[in-house]
Amino acid sequence: MNDRVQRLKQQSLDTHPSISIERAVLLTEFDRENAGTCSQPVLRAKGYHHLCANKTIYIGDEELIVGERGHEPKATPTYPEITCHSADDLRILDSRAMTSYRVAAEDIERYESEVIPFWQGRSLRDRIFSLLPEEWHRAFSAGVFTEFMEQRAPGHTVGDGKIFRKGLLDFKAEIATEIESLDSGSDPEGPARREQLEAMDIAAGATILFANRHADRAEELAVTETDPHRQSELERIAEVCRHVPAHAPRNFWEAVQTYWFVHLGVITELNGWDAYNPGHLDQHLEPFYKSGIDDGSLDRDTAMELLECLWVKFNNHPAPPKVGVTAEESGTYTDFANINIGGVRADGSDAVSEVSYLLLEVIDDMHLLQPSNNIQLSRKTSDRLLDAALRVIRKGYGFPSIFNSDAVVEELVRQGKTVEDAREGGASGCVEAGAFGKEAYILTGYFNLPKMLELALHNGVDPRTGEQLGPRTGDPREFSSLDEVFNAWRTQVRHFIDIKYRGNLVFERMFADWAQAPFLSVLTDDCIANGRDYNAGGARYNTSYIQGVGIGSLTDSFSALRHHVFDNATITMSELVEALDSDFDGRETLRQRLVNKTPRYGNDDDRADDIMVRCFEVYHEAVEGRPNLRGGEYHIDMLPTTCHVYFGAVMGAMPDGRCAGLPLSEGISPVQGADRQGPTAVFKSAAKMDQLKTGGTLLNMKFTPQLLEDETGIDMLAALVRGYFGMDSHHVQFNVVTADTLRKAQADPANHRDLIVRVAGYSDYFCDISQELQDEIIERTEHDSA
Amino acid sequence: MNTKRRTLGGRSCGSSYNLTGMMTVADSKKPVISVGRVFNIQRCSVHDGPGVRTTAFLKGCSLSCSWCHNPEGIDEAPVMMISADRCLACGACVEACPVEEGGAAPAGEHWDRNRCTRCGSCVEACPANARELAGREYGVEELVDALERDRVFFDASGGGVTFSGGEPLTQAGFLTDCLRECRLRGLHTVVDTCGFAPMDTLLGVAKITDLVLYDLKHMDPVRHLAQTGADNRIILDNLRALSKDGVDVWVRIPLIPGFNDDPANIEATGAFLADLPRSHRVFVLPYHGIANGKRVRLGQSGDRAGLRPPDAETLCAVAKKLTRHDLEVTVGGSP
Repeated sequence: MNDRVQRLKQQSLDTHPSISIERAVLLTEFDRENAGTCSQPVLRAKGYHHLCANKTIYIGDEELIVGERGHEPKATPTYPEITCHSADDLRILDSRAMTSYRVAAEDIERYESEVIPFWQGRSLRDRIFSLLPEEWHRAFSAGVFTEFMEQRAPGHTVGDGKIFRKGLLDFKAEIATEIESLDSGSDPEGPARREQLEAMDIAAGATILFANRHADRAEELAVTETDPHRQSELERIAEVCRHVPAHAPRNFWEAVQTYWFVHLGVITELNGWDAYNPGHLDQHLEPFYKSGIDDGSLDRDTAMELLECLWVKFNNHPAPPKVGVTAEESGTYTDFANINIGGVRADGSDAVSEVSYLLLEVIDDMHLLQPSNNIQLSRKTSDRLLDAALRVIRKGYGFPSIFNSDAVVEELVRQGKTVEDAREGGASGCVEAGAFGKEAYILTGYFNLPKMLELALHNGVDPRTGEQLGPRTGDPREFSSLDEVFNAWRTQVRHFIDIKYRGNLVFERMFADWAQAPFLSVLTDDCIANGRDYNAGGARYNTSYIQGVGIGSLTDSFSALRHHVFDNATITMSELVEALDSDFDGRETLRQRLVNKTPRYGNDDDRADDIMVRCFEVYHEAVEGRPNLRGGEYHIDMLPTTCHVYFGAVMGAMPDGRCAGLPLSEGISPVQGADRQGPTAVFKSAAKMDQLKTGGTLLNMKFTPQLLEDETGIDMLAALVRGYFGMDSHHVQFNVVTADTLRKAQADPANHRDLIVRVAGYSDYFCDISQELQDEIIERTEHDSA
Repeated sequence: MNTKRRTLGGRSCGSSYNLTGMMTVADSKKPVISVGRVFNIQRCSVHDGPGVRTTAFLKGCSLSCSWCHNPEGIDEAPVMMISADRCLACGACVEACPVEEGGAAPAGEHWDRNRCTRCGSCVEACPANARELAGREYGVEELVDALERDRVFFDASGGGVTFSGGEPLTQAGFLTDCLRECRLRGLHTVVDTCGFAPMDTLLGVAKITDLVLYDLKHMDPVRHLAQTGADNRIILDNLRALSKDGVDVWVRIPLIPGFNDDPANIEATGAFLADLPRSHRVFVLPYHGIANGKRVRLGQSGDRAGLRPPDAETLCAVAKKLTRHDLEVTVGGSP
């Protein structure tokens, strides 16, 4: 990277994340004056306009790509209309050991006097919580499931290519046409559509205003700039910001900047999950790259510099911080924007271009926490791209992760997308498949699958509290076969999925009615054509997910029950449950036997893997196809982010020999250390899951760097990936570190701050994650087959 | 050092394993009870031939090299390996042992290996997997089924199945049946041999094998005998015969510091290889200390007289010297 990028990067790394209360103060001031004066969507749009018109404009020294969500880099706003932090929350954020955010004392005071009094009881979270039934609250606090929308808005959404082909003025023209063609004579929804479309129009205009304010600022700075080179850069910045995103970009620089303004718009409007994401960035930028190179207006180094400036921008934007239980679920600065490289085009042709390789170079060069990135590997993708990606992976950044784009397409088509829309899709967040630019695919929460077995083994009582949490599925001591335990588990699963589903409907209704996202709606087909908001079913496809967690732990526990209690009868159910309730106190020999003498998932052993398949099918059936409020359906994902740690913390000991409180297995990976047959056996086991019936699965593999230092290692890894994907699998990611390195980092964090590890569906700084998670990552089997 | 001279055709213990093991290929065409002894199946093996492979390690060896990295494979019979760090000293092994006294004991406590009948009861009983019986019987179908499990990765990498050991040719009949079965199933096969076997047996096996990995340890017969327990004459003759027969052979030189890494031996090795009827790829395999832990688990002295892996400089010098003989030389096990 050049000196400019080096300095911008360093500044991004050196700046500690902070809370910016500017957004909250501006929105509070606006809502106090305007609530009730117009329809809710228009109020939301005007509120967004108020932010764009009044927030601080930041253009940093040497920047080429401009725009910050907060008043300066790493300054992260709050979204009190969704969830209102208390003064204590802010103090905890400021002082907590992990993923802290600096909050100025005077800001806390101002928050206390201006923001909190207005939003307390009015924030969506407060209102939703008061609407949710008792059964939901009980299950939620027992750790049966989590809820994504209790603090953040629906998101997990990704842009497609249209913002690179059209300016926001073009979108405004489309909106005007739709308003004109509204049929007031026979469409009872006409007036509501008009309000939504007007809101979208206001939001598009607000984003143009925001860009123009950057142009104004750049011109001001240019006037006083003494360095003529920087002066001309500022003039160019002004020209770019004056043109995009109002108009379609004309060149590479404008294309990068237009995305960034759109990104800022989406994450300023609401705190949607996973921020926003350009999706297939290489495909979008390729025409600009090619024409620039062809006409001589662009060279490779300049393109790289602009991309690296964009990377710094992503890294300047930590995730909006949460409070309470979700701090444990996902304590990270990462906001999960996940750039896709490779894959196929809408017509099915191979999409890899020179820009794909350029992006891999940028990723290698920058190795920043954000943005996340992945390669989309199709049968049509050449080994050259895989090879180039593996050479980045072996450096140990934990990225890019690798997706089977053929499987992604098949998953989306199975859900009813057209094949073209599916091909334009990819993966976002951790591993979630979606039709980019056309789908609202909402992850609604994690579901604790092993907890259901714990309940089944206690006749529905949560042993942690002694409370009758689930249905009475029978005294486990009376069970005489694995099928009986399994049926009891299935009853618990269905019962709690019902509760989760009923809660989800409340969240959906409230977001649809009160937290419209008019700007995101402009960007998502077919919200304009439908005259309907992104959060109310306006998108072409509307999907909801519940993500299953802990299938490895669950499988091994069932396997242990079958092997030791029913098949070999070396222990009775009553003895086993007693041992679990005492957390194996004085029963280490038994615990070791459960750990070591049980057929376990991850070894290509059908005795265990068949159980995994049965569990998966039951979970799939419990969720699949339920209608959501937005006209779409429910499906499942199998991914944990870091929730396997939280879910483990709310559970006692399990029959797989796991002690109370320890993390569950992660994604569809085997229990940490349970796989003894090497990586191919893990792949084989994982592929027995019918992954095409999900919207994403997460498999994490850890390799030591020695394994990949030569060509043989690269070739081997490439073959493993191709082999795994040949079995219709969704995703794999590789951690390339030694356990030793990790232990050193744990002992001496100060000197290992740059150590990035793959945590779950994303990479994180090792020193920023919790000690339990650090321990878990260290323990995860190192697949060194050498 | 074990300097006991090895001869072909059976070991002094007179076990029946060698009698079947050394059966010629011609004999094996008759229906035989093809049962073999395997002490490990290693999946995702990338250093035993091309691509991703699954390697079956067959029990029994006709040599007894002092540096052997698979010491648990030398004996034809199963051998007990005990990991002290896993042992809970719970006594489950003693309880499970059918021998009245002294057939099993927790790690660290005295027991008599000779009293152990190798029945495996203690292995089954040990809750901590501290005990392992290296070596169990497989039928041909059963073994090839197990080896075939990673076919999808073989296909993706041009890999396949490797038979190693021990010395796989000590179970030539079983090996032959397995190779035939692999061929029927379209699996690429490699046999990794020390070359100390009857020539017709070796040539017969090579005919139904896609690639032979052939270990070449020392050019000097006396030094070879001293460190491996056998003369190298048969080994050199066999290699020449394979080469002449047009067999695809990769020659592998395990580089053992102080034994065969001296310039004179490397020079002689290079000259010998250059003089073979056909040209073969050469791999220099640096010694590694992986067997030390195994020896401890086998109740043997773990220390191999301070052997250390050769340094990069030595490896480079050896490779250079060999390359001068117009050989294609790779350091490490894989292409």
